[in-house]
Amino acid sequence: MIGDANIVDFLLQFLGQFDGIDVIRAFSAIGAGTAMIAGVGPGIGQGFAAGKGAEAVGIRPGAQSDVIRTMLLGAAVAETTGIYGLIVALILLFANPFM
Amino acid sequence: MEGLDFIKACSAIGAGIAMIAGVGPGIGQGFAAGKGAEAVGRQPEAQSDIVRTMLLGAAVAETTGIYGLIVALILLFANPFY
Amino acid sequence: MEGPKIYGELFGLPITQTLVNTWIIMAMILVVCAILTKNMQKRPGKAQVIAETIVTVMDGLVGQTMGKDKMKFAPWMLALIMFLAFANTSGIYGLRSPTADLNCTVGLALMTFFMTQFYGLKSKGLGGFLKGFLEPMPFLLPINIIGEFANPVSLSFRLFGNMLGGGIIMALLYSALAGLYFFPVLIPVPFHFYFDIFSGLLQSFIFTMLSMVFISGAMD
Repeated sequence: MIGDANIVDFLLQFLGQFDGIDVIRAFSAIGAGTAMIAGVGPGIGQGFAAGKGAEAVGIRPGAQSDVIRTMLLGAAVAETTGIYGLIVALILLFANPFM
Repeated sequence: MEGLDFIKACSAIGAGIAMIAGVGPGIGQGFAAGKGAEAVGRQPEAQSDIVRTMLLGAAVAETTGIYGLIVALILLFANPFY
Repeated sequence: MEGPKIYGELFGLPITQTLVNTWIIMAMILVVCAILTKNMQKRPGKAQVIAETIVTVMDGLVGQTMGKDKMKFAPWMLALIMFLAFANTSGIYGLRSPTADLNCTVGLALMTFFMTQFYGLKSKGLGGFLKGFLEPMPFLLPINIIGEFANPVSLSFRLFGNMLGGGIIMALLYSALAGLYFFPVLIPVPFHFYFDIFSGLLQSFIFTMLSMVFISGAMD
């Protein structure tokens, strides 16, 4: 194999020029961003709940307060994994255990 | 290249990746709007009730998109790494 | 939009822009209430009709969402939604929203959290309250506990994120408009309408409705 024609060697040589702590900080930033992809799930799920809630209110407008209460309680439970992602991102940003 | 520039570059990538969280509320609120339109079509007198329920649910669905926006804004404007 | 400015210190605590803006909003609400309830009579004049409509609508909302036996929460809910309505729409009258500061929103969410736990304990008793965490299945206990703490976190971060995001977008818009050749009078208007009025009022309604649902859900 010729010199640094290997991509892994090239990356390691590129990263080797920085302090270790700077590499940790940089990759923590990328990790904090990647943790927020967990927000896709509750977005889709709570939107589905909102749609079904609107449909239920259309079928029986008298049950509106019960429908809204059930919808909001279910949405609050669905929120939890999104909050898990937010907690991991905030830990990586502000209480980083690696620095 | 300096270490600080590398941190800034990776913060920019992280801020962009955090906004992938915008996919979810987009899909979910669109589904809610569709179901809301269908319900109003079926019973136009209940329109204000239906719209209120739909907006309530859509604003709750917005939350995780806002979380992604908070992380992206922190990485851009209040970066704790430099 | 940077963080809130600090104007000074009093007894070791900083006097921030959030605090001063909250005082200004409190003064505004007091003036509005004083004007609306001045000189009340049995045959109401226009200002009294507005005040009565607001109270009646809020009573109806609390009665529908929480149940007719929990009307004692109606004054607090009305105070909450009035404060949030004035605070979230602060962009229109030139103040930095106090709710764009995490301290303010966490404070309000903690009020809801402590009310939920206190009234849940009071109405179900200690045994019933602890048994509530084991429903519907006992192995869901850690998920139920985390779910209890997830409620104030999501309440506070939802309000904070919406208001801060709106504020940053308006600041970016104004700094972008500063480089134009003509005088941009009407361009910010639809943005103010969406971010300040619509989003502000919707978020205040959401916060109050979710507080009502959580408190009434913990009581039965």
